[in-house]
Amino acid sequence: MSTTTAPKSPVSSPLSSPDLPAGHAVHRVEIHPTAHAGDPRAHALIENAKSIGIPLGGAHWCRVYLIEATLTNGQLNQIINGLLANPVVEYAHIGASEPRGALVEIHPLPGVMDPPAQSVSDAIFALTGVRAAVTTGDRYDILGISDAKAQTLANRLLANPVIAGVHATPFHPAQLPHGHAHDFKLAHVNIRDLDDDQLEALSREGHLFLALNEMQAIQAHYQRLNREPTDIELETLAQTWSEHCVHKTLKSTIHYTGDGTADVAPESRPGVTMHDDGSYTINNLLKSTVAAATFELIDEGIDWTLSVFVDNAGIIKFDDEHAVCIKVETHNHPSALAPYGGAATGIGGCIRDIIGTGLAAKPIASTDVFCVAYPDMPNIPAGCLPPKQILTEVVAGVRDYGNRMGIPTINGAVMFDNRYVGNPLVYCGCIGIMPIDLISGDAAPGDHIIALGGKTGRDGIHGATFSSAELTDTHADEFSHAVQIGNAIEEKRTLDAILRARDFEGGPLYRSITDCGAGGFSSAVGEMGEQVGAFVNLEQAPLKYAGLSYTEIWISEAQERMVLAVAEENLPALQKICDEEHVELADLGHFGTDNAELVLNFEGTEVGRLPMSFMHDGIPTPTRTATWAAPKQEATPAKEVLLKEALLTLLTHPNIASKHWIVRQYDHEVQGNTVIKPLVGPKGIGPGDASVVEPVPGSGQGLSVGCGLVTGLSDDPYTMTLAAIDECMRNLVCVGTDPSRVAILDNFCWPSCTKPENLGSLVRAAQACYDGAKAYKTPFVSGKDSLNNQFTTEDGTTIEIPPTLLITGLGIVPDVDKCITSDAKAIGNTLVLIGKPQAKLAGSHAHMLGFVSDINMPTLDLEVGPKTASTVHQLIKAGLVKAAHDVSDGGILCTIAEMLIAGNTNDQPLGFVGMGDLNAIIAFDESPSCYVLEIENPESLKTILGDIPVRTLGKITDTGTISWGTLNASIADLTTAWRSTLDW
Amino acid sequence: MPMPKALVIRTAGTNCDVELCRAFTLAGAGVELVHLDRLLADPAQIAQFDLIGFPGGFSYGDDIASGRIKAMHTREKLMPELLKAGDRGVPMIGICNGFQVMVQIGLLPNSLPGTQNHDSCVALTDNDHGRFIDQWVGMKANASSNCIWTQGLNDIEGEILYPVAHGEGRFVTKDQATLDLLKAGNQIALRYSEDINGSIEQIAGICDPTGRIFGLMPHPERSLEWNRHPYWTRLDEHTMSSQTPGLKIFTNAVQAVSKQTVS
Repeated sequence: MSTTTAPKSPVSSPLSSPDLPAGHAVHRVEIHPTAHAGDPRAHALIENAKSIGIPLGGAHWCRVYLIEATLTNGQLNQIINGLLANPVVEYAHIGASEPRGALVEIHPLPGVMDPPAQSVSDAIFALTGVRAAVTTGDRYDILGISDAKAQTLANRLLANPVIAGVHATPFHPAQLPHGHAHDFKLAHVNIRDLDDDQLEALSREGHLFLALNEMQAIQAHYQRLNREPTDIELETLAQTWSEHCVHKTLKSTIHYTGDGTADVAPESRPGVTMHDDGSYTINNLLKSTVAAATFELIDEGIDWTLSVFVDNAGIIKFDDEHAVCIKVETHNHPSALAPYGGAATGIGGCIRDIIGTGLAAKPIASTDVFCVAYPDMPNIPAGCLPPKQILTEVVAGVRDYGNRMGIPTINGAVMFDNRYVGNPLVYCGCIGIMPIDLISGDAAPGDHIIALGGKTGRDGIHGATFSSAELTDTHADEFSHAVQIGNAIEEKRTLDAILRARDFEGGPLYRSITDCGAGGFSSAVGEMGEQVGAFVNLEQAPLKYAGLSYTEIWISEAQERMVLAVAEENLPALQKICDEEHVELADLGHFGTDNAELVLNFEGTEVGRLPMSFMHDGIPTPTRTATWAAPKQEATPAKEVLLKEALLTLLTHPNIASKHWIVRQYDHEVQGNTVIKPLVGPKGIGPGDASVVEPVPGSGQGLSVGCGLVTGLSDDPYTMTLAAIDECMRNLVCVGTDPSRVAILDNFCWPSCTKPENLGSLVRAAQACYDGAKAYKTPFVSGKDSLNNQFTTEDGTTIEIPPTLLITGLGIVPDVDKCITSDAKAIGNTLVLIGKPQAKLAGSHAHMLGFVSDINMPTLDLEVGPKTASTVHQLIKAGLVKAAHDVSDGGILCTIAEMLIAGNTNDQPLGFVGMGDLNAIIAFDESPSCYVLEIENPESLKTILGDIPVRTLGKITDTGTISWGTLNASIADLTTAWRSTLDW
Repeated sequence: MPMPKALVIRTAGTNCDVELCRAFTLAGAGVELVHLDRLLADPAQIAQFDLIGFPGGFSYGDDIASGRIKAMHTREKLMPELLKAGDRGVPMIGICNGFQVMVQIGLLPNSLPGTQNHDSCVALTDNDHGRFIDQWVGMKANASSNCIWTQGLNDIEGEILYPVAHGEGRFVTKDQATLDLLKAGNQIALRYSEDINGSIEQIAGICDPTGRIFGLMPHPERSLEWNRHPYWTRLDEHTMSSQTPGLKIFTNAVQAVSKQTVS
């Protein structure tokens, strides 16, 4: 009967209710919107179809529930009337209604998380006392197109074949799929006698993604033990040693040759050994750059960092009672395959990092940054999703997870480059607050290993190793099992329970906590038990469905799970809280074993035994080769273009254009503490530089969150990185942050660093991290790297992403009532430029669009940049600045335009008259360390400014236009241009 | 008089409970945050409260539809005690998800004069543009409404703005007669000053015929201080020295209860 066009999932197990006896009927119920209520989902489909050139004659949507249970008609009606249908706007149809046109029905593939299913099942039980298995789907009846075309449309707009099947007829199976009990069989992997080729083949085919020398180290270990590893031991090592978990490239020893030596003076840097030929060796790149800066700053007197690089997030002091922590993660590869689920679980995982920091922090803000190909990119390679679809779905994923968690998403950015087509970047950040005396904890021998939250399924198996590999056109088929769908409500319940257990009278009910992220239990238990060892009974893990092997249980990256170390005497109190919050608690074993080993049992049989020392220190650390050649910039002639045309084009560029379409879909107000919002000004359309929350309401002290990302300068990662640090700092300063109280995070996304050129550019960026952090006195407190971001197409071409470094900053705002915003305030005020434009436009947007010709990129002066930031802060603190905006993408003129767009209203039109001549070099200069400030009286700045360069740009008028030299453009036109590009 | 006591009902997925509690506290009430399960186990405890708040969030994930599962639990087990509280004159407020729950259990609009009619006759459903929206929106209170929560809102100088954050906030009525009844009874206490989600007549909040039970999609509990206002950096000191429109809602109710207790 029904057909599916989706490739068969490798996972063939069901979702819920493993204990249901067979032989139940599956009841199909459709819930339709009434004609009176309207049908926004169908309407959206019609609009989206139109936008891709498929006009529809109409559409109708309904939700489909498949309920497997023994039910009387009375009970079924009770479920429909009491639960599924709201009679004011919906009606129900039992079974399948007559198709009104071409029919497509989308149902999650077996084994894929279907979050509403569990809620509905629980609600049915509460209502009727009947246990039911439930799955849900969406049906669209589409008019005016053929069945075949409807299928195509569904595959393009409605369903991702990795997670959902598209049916052409109403889906009404005789029974929902159920798992089969797992037949336990202990498996060993023969490794001792393999040659190098066979070791590599084992690594590749087993999806271990380990290098040959790592496979050899494992082989040698088992040769010494005189036995073969079990499958679970090998998987544990692959996961523990994955790039994702151990950052082996950034921590490795690197031999560097090439350009870029003179400007960074390697001989005076930490961890560097110079060689006679001018090349040099860096011992542990991360420790010698990013971390070195932080520890040197601490030595020099910064006393407000509390925990750096060791926990799930970096922790800094907020006030005498509170600490705040921050983490930014990437979730690139899952988002390439399934953008919605990938982004949702990206933010979900980052939130868990915060919950798992110290003895648990309460998440108070989130951030998200995306890098994708241009929406209109032609000729998308096979195996890549269209960029517009990716962006739409990642936004939806962050939205649905973040909003449900009740965490305001307050900061972000989107950058476009076609090299992100097969490997988009999805950065998710989260910030939390906790009592300052609960910032650390360690598992003690004898503590129970307690898992809280979601059940374990096959979702996300091999996520850690997969994320460390390179994407190819067939990954969607091979790695669909690595894709995860989040269930925010599960995580919210778990958070509620954990915060109650943390704040329990008499102290926290647990001694240590961490999240299950990449690597699942393997990683969480492995990290918590690193010092004392752990004994795990794998059969104790609650499962989503029967049939998981012990190895699958151990490495599954199923979402929404936390692991706690709980002393025996605290278990009953914790169990009570979990019962009250409807959170499942599982006792998986205990910490503390002889010789600090990891011992894994399944139903009483030992299936794995690994020394923690080999897991955590056994990875070989070969010297890697890095080279770098300064790119040769070639001058290309500039187009003849009028300033107005250039300005309008720049404002419509996706990098610069308003992101309101994204921002407005996120709840950035929940928790009620958002003081400076992502969009500012009287109409709420102006671009904020950074956002500010008041984490302890009424305290008057704020926490600001901003970022820096300067992909235009990726040709020289050293400059790009400094510019990103500077941009992040300026964004924070522009809202009122004290620049001496800013902590930053690094997130490197690089193409494959086994290629010496890419490792060379990574070294350059890391060196800039050291220099920038030291110069701005802003310690790195956490960071993450993703070093295999490239996509190999069908024909073997590899598309490398540009080296991309996101800097995220977390700052203290001493007095929230002194915060300022970027919107222009009052007629008669003056706009001044603070900082010195360098008239070097290579890497700028005007250069990219061909409006100017230049071969020189701007540089960053490590003395001037920090001094300027500090001076601007003093000006703001003194109350002299009415509005501030940093000069970034698009340059000075775009900065001015954005301030006026932000401040303009129908009642009070604003304009600007510039002083002196204007040419493209001044107008579109994106030099770092520059700010545009609105002030009442330029004279007032002098005493504070000192020798910081200042230039009067012009005055705010009531003309509704920007006029400057030959330029004359209406604010209304600029607003329309700026807001139209991404107004999806 | 003793401090009035407010009950805030949370459940899995509630996420605006902390700020709602804070709103009642700042307005002068004592607050207890209670999990729905505890009330289901012992509904009679509702009798000890003077005010009731249904907070926003995504109760039970808003699976099926916004507030649907919380509404089911509440309707099945708590309705009698809630109705008794209503008879005692206990002011109740449902914000966003809480409003969605209230209309589904029929606490609102409860329009038929003289009788208690708790059939659901209005709904909050998908926004007409199909998207979640977060923005501050201008508000107009109905000066003729007897809603105790919105009294005097129009006396505040300047534009009254509340933030909205919802995907299912489009207010619809079962039929024209229902709408007519709402209008005739001045139960439409609050309207948006622009169309943001396709709500009929830009309805943002309604009250029951007594004016004591009130539900609204916007979040006044996110507007307790002036520095949460979307453009407070442009506001003058005079404006910012008064009570915020958000806090006003809660002080109105707490004062109404206090007066009632005194009299």
